[in-house]
Amino acid sequence: MTNADQVLDALGDRTRRAVFARVQRGARSVQEIADGMDVSRPAVSQHLKVLKAARLVTDRAEGTRRLYAVDPTGIAAVRDWLDGFWDEALVAFKAAAEQEAVKERKRR
Amino acid sequence: MTEQTGAGDFDPNRVRKVLGVNAPQAVAWRVFTERMGTWWPLAHYKIGKANAVDAVLEPRVGGRWYERGEDGSTCEWGRVLVWEPTVRLVLTWDIDANLQFDPQLNTEIEVRFVAEGDNRTRVELEHRRLDRYGARRDEMRRVFDTEGDWGRLLAGFARAAELGGAE
Repeated sequence: MTNADQVLDALGDRTRRAVFARVQRGARSVQEIADGMDVSRPAVSQHLKVLKAARLVTDRAEGTRRLYAVDPTGIAAVRDWLDGFWDEALVAFKAAAEQEAVKERKRR
Repeated sequence: MTEQTGAGDFDPNRVRKVLGVNAPQAVAWRVFTERMGTWWPLAHYKIGKANAVDAVLEPRVGGRWYERGEDGSTCEWGRVLVWEPTVRLVLTWDIDANLQFDPQLNTEIEVRFVAEGDNRTRVELEHRRLDRYGARRDEMRRVFDTEGDWGRLLAGFARAAELGGAE
């Protein structure tokens, strides 16, 4: 599995996306991430483990606490995956053609 | 989303894309050829100094393909080799690896529009003759395409999306 695969798999889960969104706001501990979420602390730890494997987050010890922060490596892998010129151009073309088709149907 | 055709027949000198569009064939053709400026990613893919405001394809064999800048300047990209309205289009893409127009470069882009229903068109695009980039072929292929296998990546994403929430 490439890193982009792992990242997309990791972010395919709604709860894990919420965990990642919290980490994006700044480095924090598992407890801080779990606070206010509808999931248990062990569940958050499990999600962080998957995010770490996908290189979306990193962790470091700070005193007795372990802090999680964003690792840009995973995001860069997805960006590379999306960046192919023809993919970008054709996705935009598809949207334009479909919009035009809808407009034409309305005119009829 | 686009998909890559069979990863088994990988050819380093071409990039192939296939996508399904929910539009009649004639509409897909018209948006591709007459309204390129509405969808071409002009913000990143243009060569002139001025901000590009349109991408223009002259509708005939031998026609020019160029960008128009906000100051009225034009920069050529290539020309039309085959013009078969609503069905098939072949263009040359003559922008070299240094983003300069080189009329001798002649990489080719073929686009086919295949009707699959009243409101469904399969668009097949092939960008070929990338060997014309010489030593910079692989680098340029990565600009046009991505390194990963799209089909596999998309399948992984779809699977994850379906499973999402069920975990």
